[in-house]
Amino acid sequence: MASLMLGNEAIAQGAFEAGVMVASAYPGTPSTEITEHLALLPVPHVEWAPNEKVALEVCIGASLAGTRSICSMKHVGLNVAADPLFTASYTGVGGGLVVCVADDQGMHSSQNEQDSRHYAEASKTLMLEPSDSAECRMFAMKAFELSEEFDTPVIIRLSTRISHSRSLVEAGRPLPPPIREFQRNPGKYVMMPAMARRRHEIVEERLKKIKSFAEEDSINTVEMHADEIGVISSGISYQYAKEALGDKASYLKLGMVYPLPDKLMKDFAASVGKCYVIEELDPFIETHCRSLGLNVSGKELFSPLGEYTSLQIRQAVLGEKAEGAESFEALPGRPPVMCAGCPHRAVFYALKQIKGLTVTGDIGCYTLAALAPLSMLDSCVCMGASIGMAHGMEKALGRKQAEKTIAVLGDSTFLHSGITGLIDIVYNKGTSAIIILDNSITGMTGHQENPSTGLTIRNEPTKQLDLKKLCEAVGIERVAVADPFDYKSFLALVRQELAAGEPSVIIAQRPCALLKKVKYKERFEVSQSCVKCGICLKIGCPAIYKAPDGKSGIDEAQCVGCGYCANLCALKAIASK
Amino acid sequence: MTSILIVGVGGQGTLLASRILGSVAIRAGFDVKVSEVHGMSQRGGSVETYVRFSKGKVDSPIIDYGCADIVIAFELLEAARSVRYLKKSAALIVNTQQLNPMPVIAGLAAYPEGLLEELQMKAANMTAVNALDLAIASGSAKTVNVVLIGVLAASMDIAKKDWLDTIREIAPEKMLTANLKAFEAGYCAAS
Repeated sequence: MASLMLGNEAIAQGAFEAGVMVASAYPGTPSTEITEHLALLPVPHVEWAPNEKVALEVCIGASLAGTRSICSMKHVGLNVAADPLFTASYTGVGGGLVVCVADDQGMHSSQNEQDSRHYAEASKTLMLEPSDSAECRMFAMKAFELSEEFDTPVIIRLSTRISHSRSLVEAGRPLPPPIREFQRNPGKYVMMPAMARRRHEIVEERLKKIKSFAEEDSINTVEMHADEIGVISSGISYQYAKEALGDKASYLKLGMVYPLPDKLMKDFAASVGKCYVIEELDPFIETHCRSLGLNVSGKELFSPLGEYTSLQIRQAVLGEKAEGAESFEALPGRPPVMCAGCPHRAVFYALKQIKGLTVTGDIGCYTLAALAPLSMLDSCVCMGASIGMAHGMEKALGRKQAEKTIAVLGDSTFLHSGITGLIDIVYNKGTSAIIILDNSITGMTGHQENPSTGLTIRNEPTKQLDLKKLCEAVGIERVAVADPFDYKSFLALVRQELAAGEPSVIIAQRPCALLKKVKYKERFEVSQSCVKCGICLKIGCPAIYKAPDGKSGIDEAQCVGCGYCANLCALKAIASK
Repeated sequence: MTSILIVGVGGQGTLLASRILGSVAIRAGFDVKVSEVHGMSQRGGSVETYVRFSKGKVDSPIIDYGCADIVIAFELLEAARSVRYLKKSAALIVNTQQLNPMPVIAGLAAYPEGLLEELQMKAANMTAVNALDLAIASGSAKTVNVVLIGVLAASMDIAKKDWLDTIREIAPEKMLTANLKAFEAGYCAAS
């Protein structure tokens, strides 16, 4: 029976049915559920890797060993995994190798809006783009076949609206895993110059073969309706176009977005009156059409920013006018916030007490500290960047700068890309202070285990990485473990380490309040002794509000009972019930 | 084509509501698409979930401004924010509960007054309920989502049994009794 599946679940289902043996990934919205779902299926090995580069290398290994493997990541994760991808394109595969990359048009949960299609072109691989969950399943199965047929990694490009939309999927039975034997073949798998030069020739030949396949295969489809308007599109943009224009237009739907089928595109453009290319983000297909000399309309009508809507398409193509919908003026916004009980809040509230402090930040829930009322984060670039950036500031402005700069990043982010930054500080005689926010989980992506939690993706106990020992091993002599809820001593520790004159790491340890194991039993209330000083309102806890009489109040429905506000209240006006 | 928008605050259980709605629509023989919000925007921010179903094929999983047939708002301020999605004559189901957003908590903005009255003027077909009270009376404050599903069910052309069967299928075991009570409470409040 067909069931409603997230695009991500359908990718996992398709990979499972295709007999995938190994899946490795680092969590990243909107790609995370692919691997989470694979872990629920009887796939032999599913893992969280410390980062996307490792994950892809694991999958390349599994592929060379002769099995089918799948590696999933968000768009920026592919920047990290780009190094192995480009050379895996040269080595080709043993068993099918599929790389899923989920773009985030509209930046629902990302720091940039890059278009991953450029990676397929740059690495000379093959990229598919499904447009709903049923296609996610089908394309995942097809991706393994194409990978083996053309001896190339195959990339499946997803987006937030494909990954996180549910639509009907008819699941099938899994194939017996098609295992090929590992073939020792240095000419193919050892990419040193002499071998790589020969492989590059093969890659160029392969691309031609895939191109002619793309001209004929049913993965690219033409739907002819009214022929005054033609639309070339793919993925979610195709759905928006279809919704907007229905039978008023004909469509060339590209299931394979790289390489593109020149003849098919020329023939389609010739068969319609006016031809539009509708694609979110960069003019990837449009630029190719123009290189073929096709007269198409695209980015002069549609933005390279954010997500499209079918309304925009109707306006741009059919010239419809927007009807003024009802609205309210000037409503207060509701940005995301650190949850009630979040341990990060305490760290940033302490940092806020230090005058003139610059905080280089990183990727995680704690990036929310940039927002009011904490407003204590000065940068967010990419995974692990906080450490290197703090070091760079010191080297640019001198030792004095290090005394008023601190790098802040999460446990999982540190293991992903922070360790090498730390090594750089030690090696190049830096003196930066770093706080690792150890909340015992990978938080923002929805609670995934990582090497420092001592559990695998399937909740099996494993060797638990010791953050303190790791920092010591790279040469940090000042490593302290502290509880940020202990306000006074935590603040004193930060001041002390900033002034230490040598590199220092503070591991701020307190688990995420949303973890099941975290049970705060106390319940708090504000007594009459509240003098309206407003300190508890400055920590930005969603459970604390200002009552009409100006005193503070606690919203029982939201308060988790962490007690941090009670620690701060000098008059003890917030107390356990 | 029926387009239902669910808006609320991250953590209020809008995802479960959209899953119930999607499944009940399948049970009733429709093609369905549901678009969810995961990741950063879930952390206490405004969330919008789209559910679209039709006897024919559903293309886009997204609802545009001015195109929602029904909006279910889990919170009053979010209801106000959502009116831009309403079709003329669309139904608006509002939970009158108020949750202060951070700019209000931080003293940078005030929670607007008189929203409910103004909503009534902008959306003629409005049903307002205090879903939090009904949820607490049903055994758990966490069943606000199912109370609101009950309110919706009372106005829809899908058999009550289909709704109940779907809730039995989807709701977590230990919350089932409270959820069934919550559904009834919403259903009765609306009919």
